[in-house]
Amino acid sequence: MILVVAEQHDGKLNRASLEAIAGAQELLTAAGASAGPITVVVAGNGASRVAGDLAAADVGGVLTADADGLSDYTPDAWVQAIRQVIDQTSPQYVIFPHTYQTRDYAPALAATIDRALITDVIGVKQVGGAAAFSRPMFQGKLTADVAPVGDAPFLITFQIGAFRADAMKRGASAAAVSQANVTIDAAAIRQKPEAPFQEAKQAVDLSQAERIVAVGRGIKTQENIPIAEKLAKAFGAELAASRPICDNGWLPMERQIGSSGQTVAPKLYVALGISGAIQHLVGMKGARIIVAINKDAEAPIFEVADYGIQGDIFEIAPALVAELEKS
Amino acid sequence: MKIAVCIKQVPTREWQPRLNADKTWIREQDVSYEMNEPDAYALEESLRLREKHGGEVVVCSAGPTRVQQVIREALARGADRAIHVEDAALGAADAYAAAAALAPAMAEEQFDLILTGLQSDDQGHAQFGPVLATRLNVPHSTIIMEVLVDGQSLRVKRELEGGWFQHIAMPLPALLTIQSGINQLRYATLKGIMAAKKKEIKKVATPGAVASRQKVLALYAPTKSKQTTMIGGSPAEAAKELVKRLREEARVL
Repeated sequence: MILVVAEQHDGKLNRASLEAIAGAQELLTAAGASAGPITVVVAGNGASRVAGDLAAADVGGVLTADADGLSDYTPDAWVQAIRQVIDQTSPQYVIFPHTYQTRDYAPALAATIDRALITDVIGVKQVGGAAAFSRPMFQGKLTADVAPVGDAPFLITFQIGAFRADAMKRGASAAAVSQANVTIDAAAIRQKPEAPFQEAKQAVDLSQAERIVAVGRGIKTQENIPIAEKLAKAFGAELAASRPICDNGWLPMERQIGSSGQTVAPKLYVALGISGAIQHLVGMKGARIIVAINKDAEAPIFEVADYGIQGDIFEIAPALVAELEKS
Repeated sequence: MKIAVCIKQVPTREWQPRLNADKTWIREQDVSYEMNEPDAYALEESLRLREKHGGEVVVCSAGPTRVQQVIREALARGADRAIHVEDAALGAADAYAAAAALAPAMAEEQFDLILTGLQSDDQGHAQFGPVLATRLNVPHSTIIMEVLVDGQSLRVKRELEGGWFQHIAMPLPALLTIQSGINQLRYATLKGIMAAKKKEIKKVATPGAVASRQKVLALYAPTKSKQTTMIGGSPAEAAKELVKRLREEARVL
């Protein structure tokens, strides 16, 4: 069987869980029906509140794992909980969405049970009768098809956005929901988490912007930021940035697009000197029209772009400003 | 405080990928290398912690002979000494194999705190830190943006998705994976480069055969998810054509 580990916070389902189920359904096609059925497990105090949403999927069943010690997420507790569910269900594959939470504990879980973990998977295919997993390598410059080594279960994380939640097959009727029998050794939990908080009030809500001009490493220095500002103004767009620009303090953190910043889906997204590392792409690939301007023709940003200009951003940005100001 | 920082040597950002003959790995003779960027932030954080609390910073790296380049660089930036687990097979090894290679030598040292980058810019597994923590049986936390040490306890700021954070406390010894941007990097001074030449790099053999948990079957250029219209010509011509298409074809202006 295939075990999908869904994620919830305070009884709210992380939507990436549905993408993981969609990916698992695709894996079932690639690996053959004998790899099935799919069982979804969700851990934590809010688990029972999201079980209904998960049971709507075309899966064999939903398990909730709740116990003392699972009220707040910690890697130590989650390794204990999911390990017990794996022991009880003997899956061939264990599928996770590639969230920050998964990244925090899934490698420790894999090391604890001494099994393979393949992360950030964007596709599933069949190679020589077995399932192989496609994942980006070298900052997205290359894609690798990889196979797990060793015994099952094989742990797999699916990249956010690689499978679509709305492509998830729904069941004819709701799948059965039952409780997994887990007990947590609270004394073995070494991390003491505090309540999540937001740093600065998000004064800029880029998710509502119709047009965005985003600037990346290609801008080279802080002194060049006004070049991007002028382009944003000419497009009637909000100015945003990839992570390194905000790390350097050239633009405030609240203008960062990507997995650690905001997720946007504007009508127009202009990527100026952004190579397109996956952490950035997950925050903007939902844009309707993407324009990439980059000196490197091989930059991964061109893979998601509708229009591309390969060239020197310091020549092209002013030319665009001049053109836009003509009319 | 005895701090370890694990660093990896990765291809430079400017490197244009070329594949080996059987298309399962990159052509290594074409590659120029640098320190993995998140590891550089982990190194900087370890140097700042040493400045505040005293002790030493030990660079730990697993890889072929070539990784001495980034070990020397870390020593030039201020690390005190280094452990190099050397094996040609570690060049293409995964996070599981790298952690297995480093764990015995690092366990012997009994570090108070181990820092490393949240993921590598080459294979990008984002697994090495938690796997090493599990092997060393120390608590861990990932994607850290602030490290506060008070005696034998540790309090960190962990980044969550979408601009959220969380503080987490845990006892020492512990392992943290550091997010890029946690600090401002320092660069090596001439004095640092000279001093690095005299610093110790302890070479250690791998504890057993290097065995990855995943096998690369094929490596290739990514398949496009979209049909990209590339616009050529001079900057002025390209600008004109792009604006025209955005107005008339895409209708987003």
